[in-house]
Amino acid sequence: MANITFITQDNIPVTVHGESGSVMELAVENNVAGIDGDCGGVCSCATCHVHVAKEQFSLVGQASEIEKDMLELDDDADEYSRLCCQIDITPELDGLVLTVAGQ
Amino acid sequence: MKKYQSPDPFTGAREHSGCAYMNDQDDPVTMILRLKDVRKTAHNWKTFQSGAAPGRIVIPSEVNIRDTRQIPFEVDPPMHGSFRALLDPWFKRPLGNEYRAQLGQQVNALVDEVLTKGVIDAVEAFSLCLQSRALTLLLNTDASEADTWIGWGTHVFRSEDDPLDKDKAGLLYDYIDEKINAASADPEGDLYSVLLAAEVEGKKLTHEEIKGIMILTFAGGRDTVINAVTNTISYFAEHPESLTRLRNEPDIIGRAIEELIRYFAPLTQMGRVATQDSTVCEHAIKADSRVSLCWASANRDASVFESPEEVILDRKLNPHVSFGFSHHNCLGATHARQIMRVLVETLIEKVGSIDIVDFEENIEQLGEFERKVGFHRLNVHFHPR
Ligand code: HEM
Ligand code: HEM
Ligand code: FES
Repeated sequence: MANITFITQDNIPVTVHGESGSVMELAVENNVAGIDGDCGGVCSCATCHVHVAKEQFSLVGQASEIEKDMLELDDDADEYSRLCCQIDITPELDGLVLTVAGQ
Repeated sequence: MKKYQSPDPFTGAREHSGCAYMNDQDDPVTMILRLKDVRKTAHNWKTFQSGAAPGRIVIPSEVNIRDTRQIPFEVDPPMHGSFRALLDPWFKRPLGNEYRAQLGQQVNALVDEVLTKGVIDAVEAFSLCLQSRALTLLLNTDASEADTWIGWGTHVFRSEDDPLDKDKAGLLYDYIDEKINAASADPEGDLYSVLLAAEVEGKKLTHEEIKGIMILTFAGGRDTVINAVTNTISYFAEHPESLTRLRNEPDIIGRAIEELIRYFAPLTQMGRVATQDSTVCEHAIKADSRVSLCWASANRDASVFESPEEVILDRKLNPHVSFGFSHHNCLGATHARQIMRVLVETLIEKVGSIDIVDFEENIEQLGEFERKVGFHRLNVHFHPR
């Protein structure tokens, strides 16, 4: 349904294809380095932090209040940060580029 | 009230004041009760340190019963990060297929056994056995070690009359000394040997440092796991329909586990020591005084969690702090989550219902508050599907 590219901390792009579920699950299934998804996607661990390409941010949209509160205390967070367990895979995300955040 | 329930004693104080006070051996503690404040304080290690005198950040304080610094628990950044870099990969091993399969065998055998036994005490005859056997996988040590640990009983550090018993804690220290010495004479693939061979910031670990790491895997992973497992059994005893639901909707098992861990918060709180005068939610905190990050209270914060007093198995947004937050987040969480997953999968496969026969609650007295963390005894009868 959508091709999504993850750029890891070592600057290696990995493009994977997802049908459904969350972007975090897609990354974990494909062993994308730096996306651990420890809490399984309930917004409790912040091990699924990505930076969305600036010009694509409107595709994924703003984080919820709860997610923003988690990101606020993440030293690597910026205005284009998201916890990707909170992003559902949809056809609109095709071509999305996400940079895996530092630990 | 149902027997599994653990009502929140902090609601009033959290909503009206945000903090509460408790005394503990003349070293009082300001308890931080709201989720956002708990997170902020946990993140701010410069002002709220873990690297105080060994035992001081634990409540009740253990300064009088030990001198060994627990690592990485009582170390601040940047050194803390160097220890975590060494330990994190080892503590992620529970994600491997082999590890999961072995854990599955252990839990299967244990459930099969209790299904034939009639009434058993879930604390001693189930949770303690499960926790001890699973720990042999985490340490990659001989399976028979579990019998020694089970023999220590649930109260490794406690004797009947003294909750802080130095002699009983000594038992564990002596055991670990012996194991480190044995591993240095004859290294095998266990955690002791890995630590003996490792370097942190270019230096070999000392015996004392290795001891500080090993003690923590015993202490931090014992009561917490036992309480998580026992409370989970009590929940399913009173909610057999949840077993059915998880059987039919295995996709929500992950959420159910996070929710049970949120609700039961097996570790109530952990302390920090202020390095300077400061404030937390408008309360003055004096330099060199103690605060606590009250995970159990934060998890019931109604400004974040909808219906926080209810167990909602498929809760979707669940930013709980049962495993802590920020730098010191629980090193054993992967192992603990895997135990919970295998436990739930085995129960839904084999168990039809569980009857609670009688029980004795484990209530913590925290200043003016009383919090139920689990059970001293939970006599139950498991019935097969
Ligand atoms: C459900 C079970 C468990 C719960 C609820 C739990 C809870 C916690 C919490 C809240 C912290 C944070 C302490 C702080 O911020 O000062 C923590 C840290 C820690 N836990 Fe756990 N724990 C569990 C199981 C385990 C297990 C099984 C182990 C290992 C065998 C373990 C080892 C540790 C260690 C080593 C730390 C210190 C990490 C650091 O300072 O970087 N825990 N745990
Ligand atoms: C050498 C290290 C440690 C020692 C000697 C120790 C000692 C104790 C003692 C004496 C108690 C009983 C307190 C009472 O009954 O009032 C206790 C309870 C407890 N400890 Fe520790 N502790 C250690 C480390 C830890 C750590 C690192 C954690 C978690 C990260 C932890 C989690 C707990 C929990 C959850 C309880 C309550 C258990 C219950 O009442 O059922 N402990 N510990
Ligand atoms: S997977 Fe835990 S917050 Fe996203």
